[in-house]
Amino acid sequence: MRLNPFSRELSSADRVVPPTGFTANLTVLTAAAMAFLAVFALALSLASGRLADRWAYALARSATIRISAPPEQMEVQTRAVLDALATTPGVKSYRPLEDDEMRDLLDPWFGPDLPVEDLPLPQLVELVETAQGIDAEGLRLRLAAEAPGAVLDDHTRWRRPLVAAADKLRWLGWLSLVLIGGAMAGMITLAAQAALAANGQVIRTLRLVGAQDAFIARAFVRRFTQRGFVGAALGTGLGMGAVALLPAADAAGGFLTGLGFTGTGWLWPLALPVLAAVVAYGATRAAALRMLKGIR
Amino acid sequence: MIELQDVAVGYGGTELLAEMSLKLVPGSFHFLTGPSGAGKTTFLKLCYAELLPSSGFLGLYGQDARTMSRDDIAQMRQRIGVVHQDCQFLDHLSVAENVALPLTVAGKPIDGRELVELLSWVGLKAQMNALPPQLSGGERQRAALARAIIMSPEVIVADEPTGNLDWEMSLRLLNLLVELNKMGKTVVIATHDLNLIRQAKAQVSARVLRIANRRLQLAGADL
Ligand SMILES: Nc1ncnc2c1ncn2[C@@H]1O[C@H](COP(=O)(O)OP(=O)(O)OP(=O)(O)O)[C@@H](O)[C@H]1O
Ligand SMILES: [Mg+2]
Repeated sequence: MRLNPFSRELSSADRVVPPTGFTANLTVLTAAAMAFLAVFALALSLASGRLADRWAYALARSATIRISAPPEQMEVQTRAVLDALATTPGVKSYRPLEDDEMRDLLDPWFGPDLPVEDLPLPQLVELVETAQGIDAEGLRLRLAAEAPGAVLDDHTRWRRPLVAAADKLRWLGWLSLVLIGGAMAGMITLAAQAALAANGQVIRTLRLVGAQDAFIARAFVRRFTQRGFVGAALGTGLGMGAVALLPAADAAGGFLTGLGFTGTGWLWPLALPVLAAVVAYGATRAAALRMLKGIR
Repeated sequence: MIELQDVAVGYGGTELLAEMSLKLVPGSFHFLTGPSGAGKTTFLKLCYAELLPSSGFLGLYGQDARTMSRDDIAQMRQRIGVVHQDCQFLDHLSVAENVALPLTVAGKPIDGRELVELLSWVGLKAQMNALPPQLSGGERQRAALARAIIMSPEVIVADEPTGNLDWEMSLRLLNLLVELNKMGKTVVIATHDLNLIRQAKAQVSARVLRIANRRLQLAGADL
């Protein structure tokens, strides 16, 4: 295409660097792939964060001590359990369930007319743990010694390592994001360096006619920033589409089906193209200024 | 304007030129001659700080060349028009865009009419939309001269600007440079062409510098 010398394009500073089709496509592709992966890393982080919060909340709920003893010992053993709980670290509060509450619990199974008082039902003691939680094994040993009929039922406890795992998964997600950003910076640096090296003669000529480093760098930086942004926008769009197409979290709420964004979580990935543009800007500018130092 | 005091210069430790002292005052007209390989291009490179002296003082527009930052050098080059011996262009831009490049680089507006006028002057109006690789050697030199003077710089440095030109075109470019010199521009031309020097001396008071035995000398009346 020949240019009309009077057109505005003539003064366009961006055109002083020749277009580079191949590396341009490569940079867009890289940014798109990285953004696509980043969407999943982000989804993983957010989903495991939600999971950790949900499970941690469940953990904070009460544990139960069930006391089954012959009627004549019930009173004594209940007292022993309550005494033990009073001096157990990690217990926030505790209370024995009343007959009415027992009736409510059993109502769905036996109907409202159950003569609770006459049945040899176990006595239940509900306890709420503090944030640190109790030493379940210690309490179990103590109960075995002081109230042989008491059984500690901490059914939510098995989830504790899962919470820790979910927490780790969340940090792994964030770490992946950082690594993806680093990999993208690396690849854009390589692409920019290739573009700079291929245009060595252009840069020398620009220097000789009085171009400042910032002017020369700008032509490259603008280009790569644009490519980083466009590529990341494409990748983010595809990634969000893919996440949206994952089966929705159902009542069963398995972990994998929970992988996705909820509510304002959908806004998070929209930051990825901007981040990619910032990364591309920084990487290209650093590469350009470093290269220019070698040309007088 | 451009001032050398006991300057020595060379490549990679080996000294090529030494004991050069000279002042290129505003409005002066200098020719630079010497055998091929004597160091004419090397001397001109000092004038736009592509090379720095290995010893001695080099002053460019009142600044010590050694203490100039990269941006200082870029700005100084916007005030010096240079025709390089190898005439490098941006091959993806048209001749017109290449000639206007110093304006683009300096962020200055381009006056299309003046640009065409300048291109006509150097006989490149027909080729203004061509790409540099499509130009002949002489056409490249004319485009390089047009690029060197488009910013109307205070100093014009030309390295063999007529090397590939026929006599008629050489005279035309010389006349252009003489005109500019009469307007107060400082002109330095490196050339082998003694006829060109004689022709110029008939029009302006030009001084002739000669490089011989690694030194810069003022040539006598033997021309
Ligand atoms: N970049 C460089 N590195 C090392 N040596 C160089 C370099 N450029 C030039 N030289 C050497 O310096 C000497 C002077 O070169 P220069 O280009 O200044 O000569 P010149 O007088 O312009 O010659 P010509 O008339 O052929 O253009 C030559 O011997 C050349 O080989
Ligand atoms: Mg030379």
